[in-house]
Amino acid sequence: MSVHSTSPDFKKNAARALGDAQLQKALGNVKQGFIDKREKATQKLPEFEALRDSARDIKNHTLQHLDLYLEAYEQKVRASGGHVHFARHAEEARDIILSICKEAGARTVTKGKSMIAEEIGINEHLETHGITPVETDLGEYIIQLRHEMPSHIIAPAVHLNATQVEQDFRRVHTHLDAKRDLSEPVQLLTEARGVLRERFLAADVGITGANFLVAETGTSVIVTNEGNGDLTQILPKTHIVLASIEKLVPTLEDVSQILRVLARSATGQEISVYTTFSTGPRHLGDSDGPENYHVVLLDNGRSAMLGTSFEEMLRCIRCGACMNHCPVYHAVGGHAYGWVYPGPMGAVLTPTLIGIDQAGHLPNASTFCGRCESVCPVKIPLPKLMRHWREREFERHLTPATVRSGLGLWGFFAKRPALYRLATGIAIRAMGFAGRRKGRFQWLPLAGGWTRNRDLPAPQGETFQARWRREHKRRAA
Amino acid sequence: MSARDDILGAIRHSLGVSGKETIRRQIVSDRLAHAPKGVIPKRGQVSGEALLALFKVQAEAALATVTEVASAAEVPQSIAHFLRDHNLPASLRMGDDRRLQAMPWNDTALDIAHGPSAGDDLNAVSHALGAVAETGSLVMVSGSENPSTLNFLPDNHIIVVSAKDVAGDYESVWAKVRLTFGKGGMPRTVNWITGPSRSGDIEQTMLLGAHGPRRLHVVVVKE
Amino acid sequence: MKQDRARKPRIGLFVTCVVDLMRPSVGFAAVKLLENAGCTVEVPEQTCCGQPTYNSGDRATTRSIAERTITEFRGYDYVVAPSGSCAAMIKAHYPELFADDPNWLPRANELAARTFELTSFLVDVLGVTRVDATFDGAVTYHDSCSGLRELGVRSQPRKLLASVEGLTLVEMEESDVCCGFGGTFAVKYSEISGAIVEAKAKHVVAAGAPTLLAGDLGCLLNMAGKLSRDGEPVRVRHVAEILAGMTDDPPIGVAKEAQRTGKEAAR
Ligand code: SF4
Repeated sequence: MSVHSTSPDFKKNAARALGDAQLQKALGNVKQGFIDKREKATQKLPEFEALRDSARDIKNHTLQHLDLYLEAYEQKVRASGGHVHFARHAEEARDIILSICKEAGARTVTKGKSMIAEEIGINEHLETHGITPVETDLGEYIIQLRHEMPSHIIAPAVHLNATQVEQDFRRVHTHLDAKRDLSEPVQLLTEARGVLRERFLAADVGITGANFLVAETGTSVIVTNEGNGDLTQILPKTHIVLASIEKLVPTLEDVSQILRVLARSATGQEISVYTTFSTGPRHLGDSDGPENYHVVLLDNGRSAMLGTSFEEMLRCIRCGACMNHCPVYHAVGGHAYGWVYPGPMGAVLTPTLIGIDQAGHLPNASTFCGRCESVCPVKIPLPKLMRHWREREFERHLTPATVRSGLGLWGFFAKRPALYRLATGIAIRAMGFAGRRKGRFQWLPLAGGWTRNRDLPAPQGETFQARWRREHKRRAA
Repeated sequence: MSARDDILGAIRHSLGVSGKETIRRQIVSDRLAHAPKGVIPKRGQVSGEALLALFKVQAEAALATVTEVASAAEVPQSIAHFLRDHNLPASLRMGDDRRLQAMPWNDTALDIAHGPSAGDDLNAVSHALGAVAETGSLVMVSGSENPSTLNFLPDNHIIVVSAKDVAGDYESVWAKVRLTFGKGGMPRTVNWITGPSRSGDIEQTMLLGAHGPRRLHVVVVKE
Repeated sequence: MKQDRARKPRIGLFVTCVVDLMRPSVGFAAVKLLENAGCTVEVPEQTCCGQPTYNSGDRATTRSIAERTITEFRGYDYVVAPSGSCAAMIKAHYPELFADDPNWLPRANELAARTFELTSFLVDVLGVTRVDATFDGAVTYHDSCSGLRELGVRSQPRKLLASVEGLTLVEMEESDVCCGFGGTFAVKYSEISGAIVEAKAKHVVAAGAPTLLAGDLGCLLNMAGKLSRDGEPVRVRHVAEILAGMTDDPPIGVAKEAQRTGKEAAR
């Protein structure tokens, strides 16, 4: 584990989020900003469903042959003049990056958006060693100023409003005129563009993530709308690509298939503004581009997911659609999840990375409504995988005792129809009698969780089966 | 053991393979060699005027502007007009692309600079390798002909593309890249560019001109 | 209807534990609908489909519950449940549950193949196009998640509702978004569940129809509980009650006495 997690406090985090009026308003933007646009974009492409199958199949195929595609990729990167480094875990990745930066004599490092960089906590590590990391994606830049984690994998600052951003800019950009007008979002954007332009030009090393790595050509692919990833990688002398091993795909044709579902699922664009395919350092005769090209390939528990039911999670292309469509995410936002990856994909992935004992709430905090799975471009059965986590928790006796005993009781009766009939008959008759005046309960022993937020409608008083057998004596077996 | 061997070993252990299986190796090398196409959207499978029309519609939907000229000789005038119409200074940076070099820039009053950008240019022009009508994307390759910095640093980026290089889908462009650079070979960078730079990171409201160009103008040369 | 006239299809009604315990009238409505459509309905001894234990990670208990269900429902032409989520449990998850058990898997698959959610059974299997019922007024319909996404139940209830004389369907915003019930989720994460059902209740109220319908009693209890807690006078019923024309019992969460004195609207 690298970045500190507050996942064990999920309930507390969620309660705080629910009471945060500003956050609740900002979360409204998730619904507005993503769902309709995705819907329209997918409607416009008749082949969209077929492409989802294609994307899923490509990822599955690659995972089944991951060792060989990694070898092919590595060989191609080397042939193009780049370096490949393997990192077993976060610490190893941090050390590799630090030593490349030191070798380059780096003082500032620009960064394109990378969830893996968040996962390994590279910024803190560089800072401790006297190197200044500068996030360049606007959202990442804003949360870096606030020392926060991203609250969304493609819209890191979605939890904030423009006024908060203005305050942060005024606090940090002290070299600018204190009386400047920043009341419009476009003014904030322009200011960030100006400030970051200088940083881009001054950086010694650029670190980007990768949406895909192509085995055929040894190419890393990034997708952005701002162009920050490109400035991060073409201006400094050294470009470091930081990616996890499951980003591999076989060929350029395969990337093209997946790109057709990525942006549509993420932002509802047909394709992002900049899709960049980078292969090795500057060629002889090139007038720009990095002189050194490094790839750091991180495992961090992923190889162990292969061959298990969680292997399917390795298809994830980090589009964010699952959280955009998640009622729980809409209610509590990304920070409540307490670590780098929020929403349904985080609920499955986080326990593999920081442990189910830490992240146990995450796969439980789902209604299994299935909307995430229905929009996932690579068809990851997210509810099923969350259920698998619940099964592991149950096996390891991590399920809370109250839940366990309640379930045990239910299971006991559910397996014994005659006893079930007897017990429920009595209980329901009693409840029906108690609720006969109002038709509902505002409070009931053991139902506190339910009745805190809503009434519990009273049962009609006799079970269906009892009444049926009474009315259909002949038919009863 | 090295991290590399450890990771490959762990993957093989999880998959229950040794890595030496001939069949698996064959499957992988076949796929890398043949690069099978998947699902190609019908949308782009048109030709001639319909293809150009689709490119225009898609590029404009991505908020680029598109103009057509009859021949390469008309490009400088067209760009000069574009800059004037938008009240932009009559200066332009470009790389040493032979197609651009051959155009009659002296017919205009444009002040031309050459080479990569250092971040203080307002306008730049590049020549595309091709375009993809399916999504209105331009395909750029790096090199001193068309330096990558020109794609990202100037405020206004103009891209010239030949009508004959407009393809229906991405796959056709990869075929062309392979023809140019050899199978498995790549220029340092291939950039697909679809519209001007933008960000939605503040309150999910889309704003143009985040870090890259605020304007993207495309000149299609029809001859 | 394509069924052989000589022999009526024999249905095993999976009444679901929630209907069994909380609202038997839904079960009787289902029986009436099936009988009107030319079926014979039987109710074998039953408890629960196993969802609560399944979704809590207790696979072993769930398997024994599922084995019971598979055994009890042997031999029926079809098994029909007035619930998308219980039908989906049998149809989609039983096979998953026994995936590694060569003895039980064929039996789970066989049961899954003849199990259906009520409205989709009527429309898709029996080809029913109209029901014989009247209802005076506007209703809005919530699509419960499992039925919608695991079984594709969306048009079927609407098709049948359209044939109810006097009824108009007013669609609410986001009818396909979860109500926040999620079984034990509603108790384990009651605050989040509360926030989700609050959003749902807003859409229900905004639709302006005096009656809310859905095909899953769990969701209905949740939404009815929230609406009554907020003092909203929306009546809540299972869609089967309307389709069967069985609205004598008071709506969910309303007492018989209150209904008789006409006080339910003023709660
Ligand atoms: S799990 Fe699916 S929907 Fe969620 S981020 Fe990954 S690819 Fe996108």
